[in-house]
Amino acid sequence: MSLTAKKSSNPLPLKERIKVPRQLMPEQAAAERAHNFSEVNLGYSAELAQQEALRCLECAKPTCTDNCPVGVKVKEFVERIVIGDFLGAAAKIREDNVLPAVTGRVCPQEDQCEGKCLLSKKVKPLGIGYLERFVADYEQRMGTHIVPNAAPTGKRVAVVGSGPSGLTVAGDLIQKGHKVRVFEALHEIGGVLVYGIPEFRLPKQIVREQIEYMREMGVEFETDVVVGRTITIDELIEEEGFDAVYIGTGAGLPQFMNIPGEHFNGVYSANEFLTRINLMKAYKFPTYDEPMLDLHGKDVAVIGGGNTALDAIRSALRLGARKAYVIYRRSDSEMPARAEEVHHARQEGIDFQMLTAPVEFVSDGKGWLTAARCVRMELGEPDASGRRRPVPKEGSEFDLPLSVAIIAIGTGANPIVQSTTPGLGTNKRGYIQASEETQRTTRKGVFAGGDIVTGSATVILAMGAGRRAAKSIHEYLTTGEW
Amino acid sequence: MFKIVHAEFLAPGVKRFVIEAPRIARKQKPGQFVILRIYEEGERIPVTIENSDRERGTVNIVVQSAGKTTQLLNSLNTGDSILDVVGPLGKPSEIANYGTVVVVGGGVGTAMAYPTAAAMKRAGNRVISIVGARNKELVILEPEMRAVSDAVMITTDDGSYADKGFVTDKLRQLIENGTRIDLVVAVGPIVMMRAIAEMTRKENIHTVVSLNPIMIDGTGMCGGCRVLVGGKSEFACVDGPEFDGHKVDFAVLVQRNSMYRDAEQRSLAEFHRCKTESTARDLEDAGVAVPAGRQGEQR
Repeated sequence: MSLTAKKSSNPLPLKERIKVPRQLMPEQAAAERAHNFSEVNLGYSAELAQQEALRCLECAKPTCTDNCPVGVKVKEFVERIVIGDFLGAAAKIREDNVLPAVTGRVCPQEDQCEGKCLLSKKVKPLGIGYLERFVADYEQRMGTHIVPNAAPTGKRVAVVGSGPSGLTVAGDLIQKGHKVRVFEALHEIGGVLVYGIPEFRLPKQIVREQIEYMREMGVEFETDVVVGRTITIDELIEEEGFDAVYIGTGAGLPQFMNIPGEHFNGVYSANEFLTRINLMKAYKFPTYDEPMLDLHGKDVAVIGGGNTALDAIRSALRLGARKAYVIYRRSDSEMPARAEEVHHARQEGIDFQMLTAPVEFVSDGKGWLTAARCVRMELGEPDASGRRRPVPKEGSEFDLPLSVAIIAIGTGANPIVQSTTPGLGTNKRGYIQASEETQRTTRKGVFAGGDIVTGSATVILAMGAGRRAAKSIHEYLTTGEW
Repeated sequence: MFKIVHAEFLAPGVKRFVIEAPRIARKQKPGQFVILRIYEEGERIPVTIENSDRERGTVNIVVQSAGKTTQLLNSLNTGDSILDVVGPLGKPSEIANYGTVVVVGGGVGTAMAYPTAAAMKRAGNRVISIVGARNKELVILEPEMRAVSDAVMITTDDGSYADKGFVTDKLRQLIENGTRIDLVVAVGPIVMMRAIAEMTRKENIHTVVSLNPIMIDGTGMCGGCRVLVGGKSEFACVDGPEFDGHKVDFAVLVQRNSMYRDAEQRSLAEFHRCKTESTARDLEDAGVAVPAGRQGEQR
């Protein structure tokens, strides 16, 4: 049924819609949330959602959908919210997105759907992310699940890695009637959604519910399998009889700065810091056994300006840090973190040391961190990334006293799968070569996507790759053509 | 869940578990390890693989009681299960025909050294094994080591069994006797591995040590297990656990392994305070603070 064929359900004329202000996301007060791990954003009520949905201009050519990596039919789901058909809206989203409760929370909508919203030419864009989150949560509360009924094809697909791209592949292929088994190296399903993104931004219960939904759809999961060590890609195909394999192992190898003192106690990679807190629940020590340095009354800094950096430092604040700094070598406008996260972090009292870079870590002489020796930077000519290159200011060196420093300057490709899969092409940085259109690798029947192909990006871009891969895997399984 | 099909004490506080883990059993090679988590609230810890049985699909691990997790683990018995066991992790030992290989196992490290000694023997090497322990009861896997070695030398710190002294004394003897040694593999406490490496450095004997830093995932994701080797940062879980002993910065390893000492002690104290009568009994079985004679008994 085409929506363009029927009359709009929106009672407001276009001119009126633009006058409705963007509905604010209710959130936990900054002073309160800085000390707990509960979610910052509280979610729209049905009334707020319906009010916000009224703002949609229902463009004939919706640029929001064009700019969504998985192609969520925004106009159509928002239309259903207007008439109060929230489950219909959820079903509409699920046609393209298997993790709406996740993307509704962590997607950088300002760079995707909302960035291209026509409203943003005059006023604030439609709160598409907030609306997506609302319907996904509503669907969850109602407990309604769609179980696919496609005829079984008899084909089996192995998905390596249970992060956003692997889950998308699994969700899409199960709906086509293929059998799907997802292999995860850690003990919990979800990849970066469970080890990386903190509870206050993405509650783990939300992730578990989405995984449960996929189980009900028929997706099988096997944890504690490090593909490349426990079993190889070739063994999955030759011995376990999988007809196709999708590699979505992410970019999980932490990068360090290679400055003196990185081995001092108190210096963490963001991956380790966040894994201890999120996956291992170290913030509930000693109820949970995984230890964490006691941050109460300590000064903590994160180095880096991305979402991971903010996740780490906001976690440190919640663990009792006295001072919590972001040390970033460029300025505000170059920061890759989402605007909303930066805003939330500032509200919570995070101290941003911009145009600053550590050159060395300092210890107490017994191997425990006491400070980061930093220099101030200024911006010079644009570099290869198009951003102005930070250049150290002479004589600006100073020591920032710290007990804990978290390095969040990016991640690289984990080589385990690549090094154990003969014939699998990689680029010079170690990422897997895959077609941008079909996600096919250099190995027949093997596909790859997400961060292990592109380098670290966002949840939604990984999901977009997963969608393309699922389509192309389905084609391969149906036609047998490579 | 991974079922324990057999559990037995090898020494006071040192327990061997035979675990049903067919995928791991099929792939395990000498020098590799597993990471396990006992229960939902548990931490992930790396554990030594002593052996595996491909046909039966089982893996043998050996655990020494130290902190809360290992004490809890050693209270488990045949028929119990471990929530997560993942592996085999790390690079396997580099097995080749070197000539004469001296394999040194200190304490529970002998369990990790054993499969390497066996593989070195199969590869055609002359294998001289040196096994050291604090006392007689803590000498483990002696018959196994004898079965795969051309010669076995044993030392105890207190002289309660075999020769009084340290494994380094035996290595020095070998060197002084003019024994040609092509490779030394040392697995055990950091102080032991450091002492061995210092000794062989002077003699220019290539020496491999197996490092045991703090780990979480074991796949190269967290970087917590980074060690300084030849001035370069390496991840023990994926680049090791075996490294050139002459290049390892042991001081950094000792320092990093002390990072959570306060938390570990707190965990252990709470564990002991909270434990019930029945878990107290389990702990006795695990060899914690009870007379040595009772410790080999199983429930």
